[in-house]
Amino acid sequence: MSGLWIDLGIILILVAGIAQFRTPRAARRGNLTAAAALLCAVIAVLVRHGVLDVPLVAVVAVLGSCFGGWVATRVNMIQIPAMVAFQHGAGGVAALLVSFVELTRDSVEPLARTAQIAALLGLVIGAATFSGSLIASGKLANRLQQTPTNLPRHNQLLVANLAVLIVLGVWAGVTASAGLVLVTSLALIIAGAVVLGVIFAIRIGGADMPVLISFLNATAGLAAAFCGIAIGNRLLIACGATVAASGSILTHVMCRAMNRGLTGVFAGLRPHIAAGPLLPAAAATPKEPSELSAAKPADPCIRAAQLLRAAQRVIIIPGYGMALAEASEEVVRLGEQLTALNKEVLFAIHPVAGRMPGHMHVLLAEAEVDYGKLRELKDVNGQFVQTDVALVVGACDVVNPAAIEASNTPISGMPILRADEARHVVVCNLDERPGYSGVPNPLYRNSKTILLLGDAQATVGRLRQQLEGHTHGAAATSETASPPLARELVENPSGQYNAAE
Amino acid sequence: MFDVLLMVVIFVAAFGIGYALIIRVPQMLHTPLMSMTNAISAVTILGALLLFSVPTTRAEKVLGGVAIVTAMFNVVGGFVITDRMLGMFKKKDAAV
Repeated sequence: MSGLWIDLGIILILVAGIAQFRTPRAARRGNLTAAAALLCAVIAVLVRHGVLDVPLVAVVAVLGSCFGGWVATRVNMIQIPAMVAFQHGAGGVAALLVSFVELTRDSVEPLARTAQIAALLGLVIGAATFSGSLIASGKLANRLQQTPTNLPRHNQLLVANLAVLIVLGVWAGVTASAGLVLVTSLALIIAGAVVLGVIFAIRIGGADMPVLISFLNATAGLAAAFCGIAIGNRLLIACGATVAASGSILTHVMCRAMNRGLTGVFAGLRPHIAAGPLLPAAAATPKEPSELSAAKPADPCIRAAQLLRAAQRVIIIPGYGMALAEASEEVVRLGEQLTALNKEVLFAIHPVAGRMPGHMHVLLAEAEVDYGKLRELKDVNGQFVQTDVALVVGACDVVNPAAIEASNTPISGMPILRADEARHVVVCNLDERPGYSGVPNPLYRNSKTILLLGDAQATVGRLRQQLEGHTHGAAATSETASPPLARELVENPSGQYNAAE
Repeated sequence: MFDVLLMVVIFVAAFGIGYALIIRVPQMLHTPLMSMTNAISAVTILGALLLFSVPTTRAEKVLGGVAIVTAMFNVVGGFVITDRMLGMFKKKDAAV
């Protein structure tokens, strides 16, 4: 019975660790607390059951630790999603192997029926998580094609694969008691599950990665929990279930932020541009730009800098395009520059601005942003009305007013950042092309928008120079912010990537 | 039967408590959260260690060994990267 209390104590430490995830500083403590809980769990198992092959176990444990530590100290923040996906895969492999050995070993008494079923589930989920994660990791690291790969009859293939797995699983449970037959059937099940993971993951495109990676987080936890049921270890069950809960929450948050259902994402219902007139608003609004542009300096960058100088409050909206252009440093420095000029500067971050939940926050943190300036969608959206300049860097869909104004687009109903409500909008995107959703962005056509097209690192850098020049320049020609400005296009230098998220 | 019931209770309770806690984690910390829970999901290290609590065949040694390597990779890698990430978050004093 004392074992139960020790387990409960360890779980409490773990819970205390997770409960500290409220602010970054507390979370750092929480992370260490959770690590301590896991260490206690390992010690408890070692004391309770002992380990026979001590040298072997010690060597492989040190090997894995060194490898993990080595990788973890080297990755940068744009590689984090690929790294985390890879780790989900490693977790899947561990669950798969433990389940496999538990099912096949004949040195101990055979597993009870429940344990057997749990082990089979751990095996299948572990294997599918492994292969799915490797695909996800490859896509995130840009080693694999980012666009969805559709096989002929993709959905039927998935269902058939699942059916085969179920039949094999039942067969293995009923007929194959031990020996070669069992091992063969399990090997077939593993192979089937690996294929399942691949078919499942190849269809999910780059921008849907936040959903996939969160989902794999949940399945990795689930595999661990089933593993725990198989071997009757309470700690494994509790930890696995906690992780499954976390992954489920993140999956849900990501789906909601894209206004898409989980099945929609996974069944390959990629948003396609609906036929027919898409954007009544876009067609109606564009005001003729020419009337006012004549008096203004031709260079949109100079005018954008003028606007920023005159502004009281600036909200910066970063998207994944900023990360691709490696412009986060420049953007954060621009924010600091504006703060130094006594402007109120905020960063508005959409939940799916990045390749995994919270990715953008981490990217900006790497560029040493003051995290007190980061705002979530629901907190910042009311403030755009009183904002002088909304500065969009490498984002498209998340600021696309079509989500609100038009009813028949793939993004209709998706929560967006209301950059369109700001007095002026400056867009630093690579090009004018629509974002991942394929929906043209009427914001680009708006008369209050200045487009600074091209590599975001370069354009934001120029913007900073313009501001700098003015700060040191003599007798600041305090121009009053001239409201409606013309839209201007600069030729797009090259299109190696689509800056529009 | 009691054992199975207890295990189900543990699963449901842990899922519920985890859900209640994690739903309140701010968006800013979602990436560190995922990388930490990822490290936690490598508690399969316990299962891998338990494989070695009884005599093992050569094949079992190999498979168990690989399981320990991958699980430890996850545990150490996950906690280290989470710590690094959280260390990057800096807040400047409001009085500037």
